[in-house]
Amino acid sequence: MIKNILEFEKPIIDLESKIDEMRKYEDNLDIKDEIEKLENKVYLLKKSIYDNLTRWQRVQLARHPERPYTLDYIYRVFDDFLELHGDRLYKDDKAIVAGFARLGEHKVMLIGHQKGRDTKSNLYRNFGMPNPEGYRKALRLMKMAEKFNVPVITMLDTPGAYPGLEAEKNGQAEAIARNLLVMSALKVPIIVCIIGEGASGGALGIGIGDRILMLENTWYSVIAPESCSSILWRSWDYKEQAAEALKLTAPDLLEQGIIDRIVPEPLGGAHKNPDEMGIILKKVLTEELENLLKIKADKLVKDRLNKFGAMGVFEE
Amino acid sequence: MAWFKRIKQNISPDTQKSEIPDGQWVKCTNCNEIIHRKQLETNSFVCPKCDFHFRIGSEEYIKIILDHGSFKEINKTMKSGDPLNFVDTKPYNSRIASTISKTGLFDAVKTGSGKIEGRRVAFGCMDFKFIGGSMGSVVGEKLARLIDKAYTSKIPLIIISQSGGARMMEGAYSLMQMAKTSARLARLAEAKIPYISILTDPTTGGTTASYAMLGDIIIAEPNALIGFAGPRVIKQTIGKDLPEGFQSSEFLLENGFLDFITERKELRSKLVQLVDYLSNS
Ligand SMILES: [Zn+2]
Repeated sequence: MIKNILEFEKPIIDLESKIDEMRKYEDNLDIKDEIEKLENKVYLLKKSIYDNLTRWQRVQLARHPERPYTLDYIYRVFDDFLELHGDRLYKDDKAIVAGFARLGEHKVMLIGHQKGRDTKSNLYRNFGMPNPEGYRKALRLMKMAEKFNVPVITMLDTPGAYPGLEAEKNGQAEAIARNLLVMSALKVPIIVCIIGEGASGGALGIGIGDRILMLENTWYSVIAPESCSSILWRSWDYKEQAAEALKLTAPDLLEQGIIDRIVPEPLGGAHKNPDEMGIILKKVLTEELENLLKIKADKLVKDRLNKFGAMGVFEE
Repeated sequence: MAWFKRIKQNISPDTQKSEIPDGQWVKCTNCNEIIHRKQLETNSFVCPKCDFHFRIGSEEYIKIILDHGSFKEINKTMKSGDPLNFVDTKPYNSRIASTISKTGLFDAVKTGSGKIEGRRVAFGCMDFKFIGGSMGSVVGEKLARLIDKAYTSKIPLIIISQSGGARMMEGAYSLMQMAKTSARLARLAEAKIPYISILTDPTTGGTTASYAMLGDIIIAEPNALIGFAGPRVIKQTIGKDLPEGFQSSEFLLENGFLDFITERKELRSKLVQLVDYLSNS
């Protein structure tokens, strides 16, 4: 746990390791009292830090190297998973995982971005940056889900669609556009959950749905703060300002009417307690799914059109 | 997303040089031919010597494509709000205000109805000169209403794209315009109303990744830059120079993403042909 510590996590980690040290002498009553006091202090410190995170700090949490990814939720949230591969055209993209899953008593089609945990797995997963074949795999499986009347759950966590030669050659833009078109008229419920980074079109490419959820410490916007900084400020140094300006956190997006619900994370972030995060997420997804299953397909599609139709601010 | 980079770093001379300079005489930046402005205009702003296509805006495309005087603009004065109170080196609302006064346009797309050889169409055309043709709430909303017009009036839809992508000063709102326009196009497709998408230089980012790539027919002008990621970003990612002609119209045609490429002079006649083939009769 000690290897990946964010700057603002440090005072907490310091106190926690102090407590761990003291636990060795827990038999001693005085120390027990002392531990209790320190634990209380840690709790208050955490509260004060995590209740006052800046937008940039949230971005850092969303990218925390220990944060749970799509595959980490599978056995915490779902009771079964059968992974399905390939776009049936030419390739299987490892940056998007997909397959049938069971959420309690409900069958679902689960589709999510997948990052790697270390250099090797990151190269395998292309750092969670899909190529066209990833979007086309998602498309194929969403259409199949529609055919067999299975609801879709997507998990978004990507630094962006991959900007590479092959990706352009094979129609990255067309692949994303096609998904937007098909998802907006898909005749089964779709729940979208941002579990980490929601970077631009690469995220939106599997991000159209009836209910859009965001975990508490995630971000979703048209561009990453660093890229925004480099373009608008002409320097990489204004990422904090860019994050503030973009208003890209879950509370921001709820206020903007772009997402429907914030899913609370364990204190300190999802990576501090993935099991608890899984329990919370399972409860929320089940509740959302059961509500959507009551709605007829035609109404779902109509509501979805109106939902995205209402997004935007302009003067007439 | 990519348009600022392109302007700032001047990485794409073929994009920069496309603008028509002021003055009576214009030098073709491709072949250096000196052309009289009137001659250029009668030639659809294409160099008579080398066929170089100068970048033009919605006003010019309306004249080139639609029957004279047939265009009826809708939602002309719709203006951007500043939903995030966005400030970078300059506040977004003053950027908008100065662009409006500089260009005489209210935002980066003009929409309305018009006729092509007597055939009624819903017609939208973007303007690169308005903040890089970037797509924010106004572009999204105006296009959504244009698509609705095609849908309710049952007339073919034509959109000319010319855009660096989503407008980052509107954050997630601009991203959602991709969703908004695509959802409307899904309904239009369901109703079997034809949509012809025309790509001009440049069409990149969120614009390409939504309505621009969703036409029943997708056509492009010669040698336009068309892609998802901007060339500079790709170059940075792969750490190599890009191959000659990468992300050009011809590249997209070769890779199967365009129905055809057409010279600007033939755009109108091609559209007449297409509208006839795609119409129920
Ligand atoms: Zn020339």
